[in-house]
Amino acid sequence: MKEKVNSIQNEIEQELNKVTDLKELNDIRTRYLGKKGPIAELSSSLASLSIEEKKEFGAILNNLKTSVNSKIDSIKNKLEMEELNKKLESEKIDISLPATKIPVGAPNILERVVEEIEELLMSMGYDVVDGPEIEEDKFNFEMLNIPKGHPARDAQDTFYIEDEKILLRSQTSPVQARTMLKGEGKTPIRMICPGKTYRRDDDDATHSHQFMQIEGLLVDKDISLSDLKGTFDVIAKKLFGEDCKTRFRPSYYQFTEPSVETDISCFACKGTGCSLCKNTGWITVSGAGMVHPNVLRNCGYDPEVWSGFAFGFGAERLAMLKYGINDIRAFYQTDLREVNTFDRKDVD
Amino acid sequence: MISLNWVKDYIDLEGLDLKELAVKVTKAGINVEKVITNHIDNLVIGEVLECVAHPDSDHLHVCKVNLGDRVTQIVCGATNVRAGIKVIVAVPGAILPGNFEIKKSTIRGVESSGMICALFELGLEEKTEENYNKGIHELDASAPVGTDPLAYLGLDDTLYELDVHKHRNNDCYYHIGFAYEIASILNKKVTLPASDFKEIEDNINNHFSLKVETEKCPYYLAKMVTDIEIKESPEFIKKRLIAAGMRPINNVVDISNYVMLEYGQPMHFFDAHKLGDKIVVRDALESEQITTLDEKMRTLKSSDIVITDGVKPVCIAGVMGGLNTDVDANTKTILIESAIFDATSIRYTASHLNLRSEASIRYGKGLNYEYTKSAMDRACHLLEKYANAQILSGMVMHDKIDKTPKTVEFKADDVNKLLGITISTSDMEIELDRLDFKYTLDGDTFKVTIPNRRLDIDPNVNDIAEEIGRLYGYHNLVSTLPRISLRRGEYIGDVKYRKLLSKRLRTLGLNECKTYTLTSPDMAKLFKYDEKKNVVLPNPMSVDKSVLRTSIIPSLINIYDYNKARKVNDVLLYEISKVYDIDYNEETKVSILMKGNYLANNWQNNVIKVDFYLIKGIVENILDYLGFKNRYTFEVQEISDMHPGMSAAILLDREQIGIVGRVHPSFKKDDIFVAELSLTKLQDKQIKAIKYKEASKYPEISKDLAFVVKKNVTAGEIMSQIKRSGGRLLTNIDVFDIYTGENVLEDEKSIAYSLTFSDPTRTLQEDEVNTVFHKIIEEVEKKCNARLRDK
Repeated sequence: MKEKVNSIQNEIEQELNKVTDLKELNDIRTRYLGKKGPIAELSSSLASLSIEEKKEFGAILNNLKTSVNSKIDSIKNKLEMEELNKKLESEKIDISLPATKIPVGAPNILERVVEEIEELLMSMGYDVVDGPEIEEDKFNFEMLNIPKGHPARDAQDTFYIEDEKILLRSQTSPVQARTMLKGEGKTPIRMICPGKTYRRDDDDATHSHQFMQIEGLLVDKDISLSDLKGTFDVIAKKLFGEDCKTRFRPSYYQFTEPSVETDISCFACKGTGCSLCKNTGWITVSGAGMVHPNVLRNCGYDPEVWSGFAFGFGAERLAMLKYGINDIRAFYQTDLREVNTFDRKDVD
Repeated sequence: MISLNWVKDYIDLEGLDLKELAVKVTKAGINVEKVITNHIDNLVIGEVLECVAHPDSDHLHVCKVNLGDRVTQIVCGATNVRAGIKVIVAVPGAILPGNFEIKKSTIRGVESSGMICALFELGLEEKTEENYNKGIHELDASAPVGTDPLAYLGLDDTLYELDVHKHRNNDCYYHIGFAYEIASILNKKVTLPASDFKEIEDNINNHFSLKVETEKCPYYLAKMVTDIEIKESPEFIKKRLIAAGMRPINNVVDISNYVMLEYGQPMHFFDAHKLGDKIVVRDALESEQITTLDEKMRTLKSSDIVITDGVKPVCIAGVMGGLNTDVDANTKTILIESAIFDATSIRYTASHLNLRSEASIRYGKGLNYEYTKSAMDRACHLLEKYANAQILSGMVMHDKIDKTPKTVEFKADDVNKLLGITISTSDMEIELDRLDFKYTLDGDTFKVTIPNRRLDIDPNVNDIAEEIGRLYGYHNLVSTLPRISLRRGEYIGDVKYRKLLSKRLRTLGLNECKTYTLTSPDMAKLFKYDEKKNVVLPNPMSVDKSVLRTSIIPSLINIYDYNKARKVNDVLLYEISKVYDIDYNEETKVSILMKGNYLANNWQNNVIKVDFYLIKGIVENILDYLGFKNRYTFEVQEISDMHPGMSAAILLDREQIGIVGRVHPSFKKDDIFVAELSLTKLQDKQIKAIKYKEASKYPEISKDLAFVVKKNVTAGEIMSQIKRSGGRLLTNIDVFDIYTGENVLEDEKSIAYSLTFSDPTRTLQEDEVNTVFHKIIEEVEKKCNARLRDK
């Protein structure tokens, strides 16, 4: 009996050593451990043995079964692993091949600058409002202290739709008048009104008959030019970096008094002088001033009680400076090879 | 152009660095664009002591020249060089125009330490043959040896080229006005030029009568001078006119220009004999004609102002004189006109006649009436001095000008509040003195009279604050923030809706465009699906920008063309913009253009190409996003410039809100798909608040089926019927196949649907689902003339 067990064990081990795939392994399992296999045969022959012998050989046979089973299982695991590895190897891809292009949309460059300013100014309490592009002379000029026949009108070269009555707005300032009228001389105002404007200019690299202004208005009590300077400082630093310096120069606009031109220190040369700043170290980015008492009065705010400031940026100019764009037409022709650059977050 | 030499006549600038002054002037608000100076270092006045022929040349001379502190030897080739004359010498180190540096040299073996100069070599004259032949410049015998020759000649001027803001282009464009500006910056006083003269007994009123028949001439003064001698102007007048960019003509014409550049008041000189005995100022007659000084016939409008001799026009007021009364070489007696005309009228006249002159520009900006008289007196003074004129006593005058002084009352603190500074009352007095503004002080209240020369200043505290502020220096302002209650601002009304949608469209892969509102008539005619009429500009700049668009689609097609020409094939665009109809009704539209691949991986041949269903998906996506799920439908509609078989109207709550489809192949053969929706209409509609809807916990039952129908039956019709028949238990329908071909007749198609049934409250029984399923089949077959496939 013992010899038989030993010879079966040897036989199985020899066979198992030769196994190379799972099918063979399964065959071996069926062949030796199956109902008609040699181990089953030996088990059934136990019946004829004495109780002691049954005990002894039963244990030997069980050991044999367990050891064969565990051996087969371990070989199975090994073979399965090899098979999986082979499969994985065969599935290997070239990860350097191009990715699938996910469609992404870029904002218009101007809109990007506008939204940056909107975000900042909303955080400072300014609402973002809107106004009509076909405008009445009254709002575009008269209420803003530019009466009929005033030379300031000539400079704006307006597209009139009805002579001296209806026009394509030449500035976003009429929204100031409309907002103040809504406030009825009672409500403090903080708003910006970015939008399209139109003037009779021939389109070239630096002129556009359609352009965008970003205009802001604050009306409250005890507002000073120093407050405007502080506000402008915040905007300039946000747009052009923390080390950006600012300065005010006297200027003139019909609807503000005093009026200033606002400069930032040249970010290209850090103020030492270069071609961008025409060797002055400074770049003009907006016009601003204290709201003219006539404008306050025209729009229902008593200048004895209220004061305020207004400022206006050209969105194109800001974008050209910020992103190094040389041709104003770039904003209006949407060259997809260019605008895709703008589908990403910028440095903080 | 302002000559600083000239300004020195009125204010002491001795010892000042004029470049530094220019910076100060700019800081105070008058922009000095350029400082031009013609000073040259190492130029001295020399006296030729000795002049002998060069030993080795037939035309050169060897000169000993006294430079004051030394005598030097110079080789000179000029024919007019000789002993005894005083000359301009450039000594070694001098850099002449053209970057020509003078060095010590040896000319044909003779040492030469400098150059004796002609004016053209110093850039003071043109380099003409005539000037070349004049040789070196000979100075007066009294010229002080060793000093700067340009200073001696009065040619060492510094010029400021100004870029002045509109409001100051009146007073800063004449020398006295500019002198006041500098005076306030430097805290100095202005001295006005001499304007005294003798008068003869004869009175102008013996010769002329004046009548002003128009409201547009509130102030008219005239004086008469006789026995004038027409000749060249004195040097200083000529030099100053040249510096200012005007051509000297003769003493009389030059004096009128000279005084204009001093006081800003243009004047007109008539030949008194040609004029006759009357001056009548009136509105021009429509189509009235006059030949002006430039010998051109001008046709006038009734809005123009003319000076007449009682019958015919002799001058277009403020713009140009008539040839019939011009001052010529034989003129002996002159009528000097100094007047104020309506500025707007002059601007209009100059513009319609296309006749912009120094005079009309100045009239057009408005004038200070005080200088109308001063300028006339100054002209008389100069004519007496430089044209030997005899000045008749008296003047003719029309005076309706408003002389009410502009006054403003304020406290120092009012100005402080506006600027955010602190100036005391006594400091404010100093500032007002600097400005040369007259004032009285009552307690702490100032009453300031604004000088007439400052036409730009209105009597309010803001204007005073501006004057104080710019002298105080805006660079000295401290930055503060408004002390106001803070709340976060927000997008108001339309703006918020636009921003939301814009972000969504970008997320969907579309690129934002901004295009022009103004378009060509041809473009404006396209895509007129909403039958809006266009606003047409009465005076456009060009035809291609003459109409206000009512649809954005054509502009996006332009952008498509632009990109296609640059080999960009996948074009996904949108624009949100306002459009206007002929009644100025405003509508905000969103327009989408898609062409090419939406999603692509070419090497895998894995591509989602734009087609009708893709753009339909975009439209549905944004409508769902805006809260309109299940409220919209697409209806077949023929739309102008769209493919008749691939376009649809988009309806929301049965109202048309837009269109979608392919651009008509006869207009663009590429398969471009577009959509346009009215945001204005969408925004007006109410939507429901978002509410949580729990997904069913019970199993769903799916069933597929296919119907064969005639080709003209739409999938949508069957779908609606399925929905109606399926009732509450039918929770989803999808199309999974469209089939034509074998087993389906030529004029038929098969549409396969996958239906999902579920109940959120219980597990459905097979039986009840089958009942509904059969009801669907039965009703669709009957109502849609369909048959179940593979029955």
